[in-house]
Amino acid sequence: MKTFKGRPVLPGSVRGPALVSRQGFNTLASFQKSVIAGSLTGRAKRAVCSDQDNRDLFGKVLTGTILCLPQTIGSTSGGLVLETVAAMGIAPAAMLFSQSIDSLAASGVVLADVWVGKRIVAVDRLGDEFLQTVREGQQVEVGEDGTVTLLD
Amino acid sequence: MQLTTEEQAILSGSKGPALQKAMRSVVAFGETFGATGLVRITGPGHLVTSFGASMIGPHYRMMEELIGAGLHTPWPFTVDPRPADFKNVPSSLPEKLVTRLVYSRQRPYEAQLARVGLRNADAFTCTCYLPEVGNRPKFGDVLAWSESSAVVFANSVIGARTNRNSGGIDLLCNLLGKAPLFGLLTDEGRRADWLVEVRTTSLPNAQVLGSAIGMRVMEDVPYIVGLDQWLGSGVNDAAADYLKDMGAASASNGAVGLYHVEGMTPEAVKIGRGLLRREYRTYVVDDAELERVAASYPVLWREPGARPSLCFVGCPHLSLGQLHQWTEAIVQAVRQYGRPRLAVPTVLCAAPDVLRAFRASGSAEARLLATGARLTSLCPLMFMNNPLSARRPVVTNSNKLRTYSTARFYPDEELLAIISSGRLQEEG
Repeated sequence: MKTFKGRPVLPGSVRGPALVSRQGFNTLASFQKSVIAGSLTGRAKRAVCSDQDNRDLFGKVLTGTILCLPQTIGSTSGGLVLETVAAMGIAPAAMLFSQSIDSLAASGVVLADVWVGKRIVAVDRLGDEFLQTVREGQQVEVGEDGTVTLLD
Repeated sequence: MQLTTEEQAILSGSKGPALQKAMRSVVAFGETFGATGLVRITGPGHLVTSFGASMIGPHYRMMEELIGAGLHTPWPFTVDPRPADFKNVPSSLPEKLVTRLVYSRQRPYEAQLARVGLRNADAFTCTCYLPEVGNRPKFGDVLAWSESSAVVFANSVIGARTNRNSGGIDLLCNLLGKAPLFGLLTDEGRRADWLVEVRTTSLPNAQVLGSAIGMRVMEDVPYIVGLDQWLGSGVNDAAADYLKDMGAASASNGAVGLYHVEGMTPEAVKIGRGLLRREYRTYVVDDAELERVAASYPVLWREPGARPSLCFVGCPHLSLGQLHQWTEAIVQAVRQYGRPRLAVPTVLCAAPDVLRAFRASGSAEARLLATGARLTSLCPLMFMNNPLSARRPVVTNSNKLRTYSTARFYPDEELLAIISSGRLQEEG
């Protein structure tokens, strides 16, 4: 069991399996296919990462995970995409940033919280060691104060 | 964050719940970055959200609340390109049906945009800063723009100041007429974290150089040296086109919101290497590095050897100069290959105002259309969002389009050979 302390950007208590991107997480590219599929079918059960450049996450389920990442990158529609997937119920449960949160991710979690009433727990500044240590599938517990515990 | 009495009153709800939520969002966003206060925006906005996709319901509901409260931006704004153009972009009937379904809220959404301050029906482009379009800020202007390629151009080439705002927050800031003071709005936030030394044997492909820089520096600010030996000092029209495409790739393959180019971009000309932070890192880009980066792009076509069925040029939208250059290049290539027309349906994308200027500039349009090429103002990225279009073997010279779709990237010369011959170069 190992513990890291970050800054709670949008605090909350949550527990779940880690999904780890050691490169920048491209929000639009990652959720694009699931959002479009949802547009066509009128519903979406889960989001699968469609970012071809992300060797860690391509093809993996993002919904309900504790997404561990350095920062988000890519299109400035990224925040709107996060708000949308939160409203659709297919967002990650939490986003844990090793670096400071970037402006697009911050926008997305704020918009989801204020305008949709759905919270994606966000903790940043967890440090490089956090991202090097956490493993995919590992159970992670996030506390209100930004404490992140790797459970197994 | 220090708020004025009026801002505090809005936050407390004195001007209604919609404005209160707008202020709450902008303040929460700013406080995340340690913003010291809100600063007045000094120029028109540019927004990323141009598409009426049915799934982004929360955004439309937010718009309804804002419209219901009678809110309107102080200046008319521009917005990214439209997602569809059935007249000029070759599409099958099923593709058209799916596009209509995916973007089923386009008309009502455009009506919403008009009510909160959209400039006019031609204000749909990612290159709003081009002279023909005219949403071009001045050096030092404070903005709240989104659209990653426009943000990086405004900051870097023009010297205006905007953070990389997301869709949603962009509109809220522009409605309030204020942006949180942090990051790229501050002198400190505009200093460079990286020295990028370009040591290639010739002028690098702008799209691949931008991609390499974006992948390496992510959202940091790079100070790039070595480009002025080919592009000259200052920013002339050709250099602006190059920097537009390089910046778009750096912003989509990474998250670059500002770069400085030694001897060229305004702040680099004014301050020089004094922009570098004391503990800057160095990234050397040579021919081998660019080859490595280009070779890393995955091929997502179902049949990697398939004959291309469509080509997009102009993501971000082409400038007037680029439209003329592509016209000459395509006309020559068709002649060289001894064909009456292009072998691959090819679509050139530019702003409505740029296309109008192109059409008015003599015989170029007729010569281009005679090759079978087409002109549009749509967003090729949104076109490729259609799952049926995503199955097509599409080629492009845009690294941004490559990043967000199944389209395959080729440098300009190779792309010309492909669209003229109908064959991928590796087929011989």
